[in-house]
Amino acid sequence: MSGGLHISLAAERLGSVFGIPITNGLVAAWATIIVLIVAAFFIGRRPTLIPGKMQNVFEMLFEFVLNYMEETLGSRALAERFFPLIVTIFLFVFTANELEFFPLIGSVGVTQNGVFVPILRAATADLNMTLALAIISFVTIEVSGIVALGILKYGSKFVNFKTGVMGFFVGLLEIIGNLARLVSFSFRLFGNIFAGEVLVAVAMAFLPYLLPVPLMLFETFVGLLQAAIFALLTLVFIKLAIMEPHGEEAHREGAH
Amino acid sequence: MDLDSAKTIAFALVVGLGVIGPGIGLGILVSKALEAIGRNPEASGTIQTTMFIGIAVTEALAIFALVVGFIIKFT
Repeated sequence: MSGGLHISLAAERLGSVFGIPITNGLVAAWATIIVLIVAAFFIGRRPTLIPGKMQNVFEMLFEFVLNYMEETLGSRALAERFFPLIVTIFLFVFTANELEFFPLIGSVGVTQNGVFVPILRAATADLNMTLALAIISFVTIEVSGIVALGILKYGSKFVNFKTGVMGFFVGLLEIIGNLARLVSFSFRLFGNIFAGEVLVAVAMAFLPYLLPVPLMLFETFVGLLQAAIFALLTLVFIKLAIMEPHGEEAHREGAH
Repeated sequence: MDLDSAKTIAFALVVGLGVIGPGIGLGILVSKALEAIGRNPEASGTIQTTMFIGIAVTEALAIFALVVGFIIKFT
C-alpha cells in the first residue's frame, strides 16, 4: 500500500495486561461504555413527573420504540421483556459507530517499531466486537425461542420427521440459516463500518479536507442505519423464533 | 506476477463481481417498494421499514464480497 494510507484489518495491539492483549478497538469500546454511562447519569439523574425538555425528548423516543416493538411482537408484555436488550444493542452500536467521527480519534496515537498506531479505533470496525454482539443476539434469539415454545416444539422447527422428506430438508436449511445469521450479523456491521473508514482514508489521500466531508456525513448516516438494522433484525428474528412452527399451521389449514 | 499485484487484482475482481448481484437485487427491491408506496401511500411507514430490512439483508452480500476482498488485500 502506498505510504500515506494507514489501513489495518485487525485492531492493533497497544500493550498487554496480565497476558491479555489490549487493542485500540478494546480501548474504544470502553470509551463508548463510559460515554453511555455519563449520558445515562446526566439524563436519568432526576426523573420528574412533569418532564423537562431533555427527559421529554428521551421519553418520546423510548415510547416510540416500545410502541413499534409492541406492534411487531404482538403484546406489551413481550415488548417490555425484550426492550432493554434491543435498545442497549442499538445505543451501544450507534455510539460506537459515531464515536469514530469525533476529533482526535484515529489521529492520536503512539509509534511502535516505526509504525503509527492510533490509540482509539471505531470499536465496531473490529471483527471481534461485532462477532461478540452477534453471539449475544444469536443466543438471545435461540433461548427466547426455547423459552416461548418449549425445547421439543422449538426443536421440531429444525429436526422434523412428521412432514416427510421435504419437511426434513427444510428443517436442515433452517439450521444452516440460523447459523448463517452469526456470519451475516457480524460481517454486515464490521464490513460497513470498516469500509467507511477505508473510504474516508482513501478520499483523504485523494483530495484532503474537501472530499472526506460529504463522505463522512454519509458514514454517520450509515452508522445510524446499521445500528438500527442490528437491533431491528434481532427483534424480527426473536419474533420468528417465538412463533409457532410452520408445519402445524399447514396441517390445521389442511384439516379444514 | 508477484504476490502484491495478484492480491490487488484479486481484490478488484472480488469486489467488482461481488456487487453485481446485490446491485440488481437492490434495484428490484427499491423499485417494488416505491411501487407499493405509490399504490398505497398510507402504508408507507411499514413498507419503508420492511424495505430497509430487505436492503440490509441484500447489502450484506455485497459487504461479504468487500470483507473477503479486504482479507485478501490486507493480510
